[in-house]
Amino acid sequence: MAASTSAHAPDLTHAMVTSPVAYGDWLVIAPIIITLLGGALCLMMRRNTDAQPRLAILALGLLVLSNIGLLVRVLDQGAITMVMGRWLPPFGIAFTVDATGAILTLIASIVALAAGIYGIADSDARIRRYGFYPFLLLMMTGVSGAFLTGDIFNLYVWFEVLLISSFGMLVLGNEKAQLDGAVKYAVLNLIATTLFLIATGYLYGLVGTLNMADIPRSLAALPESAPVGTLAALYFTAFAMKAAAFPLNFWLPASYHTPRVAVSAVFAGLLTKVGVYALIRVMVMLLPAHRAEMSTVIAIVAVATMLLGVFGALAQRDLRRSMGYLVISGIGSMMAGIAIGTGAAISGALFYAVHSMIVMTALYLAAGMAARMGGSFDLNLLGGLYRKAPAFAGAFLVLLFAVAGLPPFSGFWPKVILVNAALDTEHTVLAGVILLTGLLTSIAVGRVWLFAFWRGGPHGTEDGQSADMAAVAPLPGAAWLGLGILVALVVIIGVAPEPLMRITGAGAAGMVDPAAYIGSVFGVAQ
Amino acid sequence: MEAGFSILIGIYFAASIYLMLSRQLIRILIGVALLGNAVNLLIFTAGRLTREVPPVIPEGAMVPVEVTANPLPQALILTAIVISFSFFAFLLVLAFRAYQELGTDDANDMRVAEPAGDVKPPMGY
Repeated sequence: MAASTSAHAPDLTHAMVTSPVAYGDWLVIAPIIITLLGGALCLMMRRNTDAQPRLAILALGLLVLSNIGLLVRVLDQGAITMVMGRWLPPFGIAFTVDATGAILTLIASIVALAAGIYGIADSDARIRRYGFYPFLLLMMTGVSGAFLTGDIFNLYVWFEVLLISSFGMLVLGNEKAQLDGAVKYAVLNLIATTLFLIATGYLYGLVGTLNMADIPRSLAALPESAPVGTLAALYFTAFAMKAAAFPLNFWLPASYHTPRVAVSAVFAGLLTKVGVYALIRVMVMLLPAHRAEMSTVIAIVAVATMLLGVFGALAQRDLRRSMGYLVISGIGSMMAGIAIGTGAAISGALFYAVHSMIVMTALYLAAGMAARMGGSFDLNLLGGLYRKAPAFAGAFLVLLFAVAGLPPFSGFWPKVILVNAALDTEHTVLAGVILLTGLLTSIAVGRVWLFAFWRGGPHGTEDGQSADMAAVAPLPGAAWLGLGILVALVVIIGVAPEPLMRITGAGAAGMVDPAAYIGSVFGVAQ
Repeated sequence: MEAGFSILIGIYFAASIYLMLSRQLIRILIGVALLGNAVNLLIFTAGRLTREVPPVIPEGAMVPVEVTANPLPQALILTAIVISFSFFAFLLVLAFRAYQELGTDDANDMRVAEPAGDVKPPMGY
């Protein structure tokens, strides 16, 4: 071959995909294109505050549709890979979608759509001019990219994309508390992603590849003495910090209650779950041996996170701060799944992530509506909401049941799967703590409902003697619609969990045994 | 040469962690900037340091004839520099705005979002 000169075109089939991409496979990259384009258009129409929400909701609706298509295709055909610039893996950046990535992107887009619709009622012209909708769409670019990418450095880049958009959303409005929360959020999250980058730098130094399908093969070829355990610890720390696991959770309660409700809602739904997804992807799929080695540490972190979260929720009087702690508590349950590490446990963790995305977003949105009706987020000052809006009180109760893991709503099933998986592998303590957390969460959320809805009036008024009974402005339809989508999903998943269970089961199987994932990446040559 | 760089990177990390443990926001920010640079140097070194040999394949050959430095880490660093620079710019503005609004750059005094001695939630029904 040494004789080949520039006059002869080199044989590109060894370096590039030469066949055209199947039309259906374009769905892999569609989420990025839709959200980036939508975000750019919204940015251009920054001053047209009436058109912005319509455009954004159109884009988010398209995103949901394209993600449904992607999920159907992935379930039908298995993992799909698309390589950027047609370079063959492991040299080109690959986007690889398996069942895990597809279901998480779909739920993320539904959650963003609901928050975007709610945002019509929640955002005034000033907030829209500051860029609520462009930031929302660009954050979805980062979130979708993180779920879909098959390249670990690319994952870092998507983390940064979603992080910088979330900074923008967090400080919308420039209030004192927002700036205070944003400082802590920004510094700690930046340190977490930098840790991720450090780990990735070391990983590249060790194995010389960044492709997630190529990494397990290259790691297996390393000598015994290679410091892969250090790598695993670094990755674990970085992603646990992103997921707000104890003791690296302090940025979350410091900041999540400060921005507007629609912003808190998408944050609570999406950001920590991206961290959990990255944990599962890296610890379970790429470094399974080291996950097993660290499983005691992960279990301790999971227990501490679950308990800290629920005790934090009990100690708060502000609805939003209380829910921030419930987000953390949920992260603990997902980490319990990672600590156990069997296919069933990972399936439970994924199911829990889906449930938590929907229900935490819905809870923040509902808290915003409760505060609109009751005039405050403070449990001491709320009261009598059941008599003001019985239907809303019912919807809120559904969400509280779901977050506490009570049947027949979406929170019940992941806990069943996780407890079952824990007992099967003799992780009795983990199973016990998951159940104890469920009990304590029921107490925390039961108190919320009792005080905000059930009692007649706020603290200090006699029961049933609430003074401003008549003065309730009807809630805007957009707020109802946004919340309604999510509550409906909570009920549907609770009543008919089998389809979702099958999907998370397939996703977990792909994580525990990544042969299909790897096959898809290196099969693109044909 | 890698050993020398490793020590340098260690010093960078130590200095940045020391600064980030401070209460003063400005010191924390300088620590964050140093941390970014430490990571960039780390990736650079992880690609192995080979001087003065461009990673270019001469005409007629299929692979580089001499040992060259891996060019990919440099592409990674370029990305990381852009990202850490833009984040640092954002953090500077954020810290300045926080200083203006809160009147302090001491992290211990920044208690607007989580006030100390907060009222308890209702304790009984």
